[in-house]
Amino acid sequence: MNKIFEIPLYAYERSPDQDAETPVRRKVVVVGAGPIGLGAAIDFAQQGIEVVILDDNDKVSFGSRAVCYAKRPLEILDRLGCGKPMVDKGVEWNVGKVFFDERQVYQFDLLPEDGHQFPAFINLQQYYFEEYMVNRVHELQKQGAPIEIRGRNKVLKVEEHGDHASVLVDTPEGQYALEADWLVACDGATSPIRGMLGLDFVGRVFEDNFLIADVIMDAEFPTERWFWFDPPFNKGQSALLHKQPDGVWRIDLQLGWDIDKEEEKKPENVIPRLKAMLGDDVQFELEWVSIYTFQCRRMETFRQGRVIFAGDAAHQVSPFGARGANSGLQDTDNLCWKLKLVMDGTAPESLLDSYDYERIHGADENIMNSSRSTDFITPKSDMSRVLRDAVLDLSEVHDFARPLVNSGRLSVPCTYDGSPLNSADALDGPDRTRPGSHCPDLPVGDGYLLPKLGDKFTLLTIDADAPDKIEESGITVTRLALSTKNDPSQMLKDRYLGDAESGVYLIRPDQHVAARRPSYDDNLIRAAIRRAIGKE
Amino acid sequence: MSDQLTLTPNIAGADDFYAELLTTHEGLSKADSDALNARLVLVLANHIGDRVILSQALAAAALKSEE
Repeated sequence: MNKIFEIPLYAYERSPDQDAETPVRRKVVVVGAGPIGLGAAIDFAQQGIEVVILDDNDKVSFGSRAVCYAKRPLEILDRLGCGKPMVDKGVEWNVGKVFFDERQVYQFDLLPEDGHQFPAFINLQQYYFEEYMVNRVHELQKQGAPIEIRGRNKVLKVEEHGDHASVLVDTPEGQYALEADWLVACDGATSPIRGMLGLDFVGRVFEDNFLIADVIMDAEFPTERWFWFDPPFNKGQSALLHKQPDGVWRIDLQLGWDIDKEEEKKPENVIPRLKAMLGDDVQFELEWVSIYTFQCRRMETFRQGRVIFAGDAAHQVSPFGARGANSGLQDTDNLCWKLKLVMDGTAPESLLDSYDYERIHGADENIMNSSRSTDFITPKSDMSRVLRDAVLDLSEVHDFARPLVNSGRLSVPCTYDGSPLNSADALDGPDRTRPGSHCPDLPVGDGYLLPKLGDKFTLLTIDADAPDKIEESGITVTRLALSTKNDPSQMLKDRYLGDAESGVYLIRPDQHVAARRPSYDDNLIRAAIRRAIGKE
Repeated sequence: MSDQLTLTPNIAGADDFYAELLTTHEGLSKADSDALNARLVLVLANHIGDRVILSQALAAAALKSEE
């Protein structure tokens, strides 16, 4: 049976654009049909913006690649209409075990907070992730949404012209030129678009190689994340074992710097390593083998006029902590509503500067966390290793050392503190819902809060009066009225009020808090709306 | 002051602290790093002061369980 990643899901078809006498101008062209490009395109299409995706391939991701998806991206995907199939297929896990040398030093439970529609994490092969997104694209097409994926359309040239961008595209039937009001580059860590525009991509290179082997096996291992520091089967290095759907297990082995990658990838060299880890009696089959190195770096700015970068094209992190695809989806979640307002003329183009501000803030946080994990997992000096080993030895006996053990700080959404779109915090409420924060979910009625917030500006009122609808500067804000009287779990109070008696939250289309106050004040809320769209 | 050594997590921003510790050692030879650690132990011991706690800390670091 063919794997899903061996079947063309969006085969090349000739587009009328290829026969046009002068280049056709499209509203938005997205380059790259990975998780981030598909996420951006679905978001645009759902908002009624015409979008064309150009991809040099016609299949989903080859091999499982990114396998760990966090709650916030799942919430975003739910808004995009494809979160639930991912959770249904994905493997949920909460328990992790940490091994050092030959012994288990401790285990932890993520203890996810109650009252969220989506789990803290799922493991899912990237090819399924992309397949469900492609399915969603096809579903939108059937509903008449203006979205198109052009397979085997490889961008050869790109130029930015101030009020549009132009590309030269290669296809199996020759080249054609295309123009876009806006071009969103989601073409991955090696972003050819970034290279063609001669833009920088600076940061830290880590001199290490990791072997990924995804194996199919019937094994008795529980659904847990197992991480080894310096195990007997990979002396001086690290190892990871993690479960995916369909009996596929992710095995990640640190190999060190000075290796022959082509040799190490050969099954005759991979299989003995895996047998040493899993034991001789475990039967397994290799699904995918890859060797990767990584960098932690970002572009100085994510926008070059009409060309906007998102995901790995804009920033790259080490894989520890699952901050690649997870942060990329937060990029497009941040970008798409802003670009829609700019395209409609509702907001000034300068609103897009806040995309740079907010997502660079996110990228820096992710780079910092994943660099720290990498420094712990692969110590770069003798003393770094001595301290690391001391933490691990202590962690076996003393609780205090466990928070210092760093095998990856798992992805959480960042708070846009200091964003120019935030209004000053006027509520004595919980820290976690201060302006700039993403909204934490909770049960509301027979559903959840986040789907009720949707993808439009919302005024969330808790035991406070306010108009049901506010029109300001071309924005319609709809009220969602909740009360702590219908809050038996106290989650609404704990997450949104704290010690305050009442609260009014202005929530952006990406479900981040723009402003909050104890009660409705017409002038101040209108000012907050203008500020949230870059008009104040 | 408690006469019991704290062995539960007590550092707010543990990752920040650990990163600063590594930064302090960055670029030092192993011998210089060892010397830095020794000075750090003495500085922290002086801050704690309490002899009972210091003895408990020595035992904890030696990975001996308390009697």
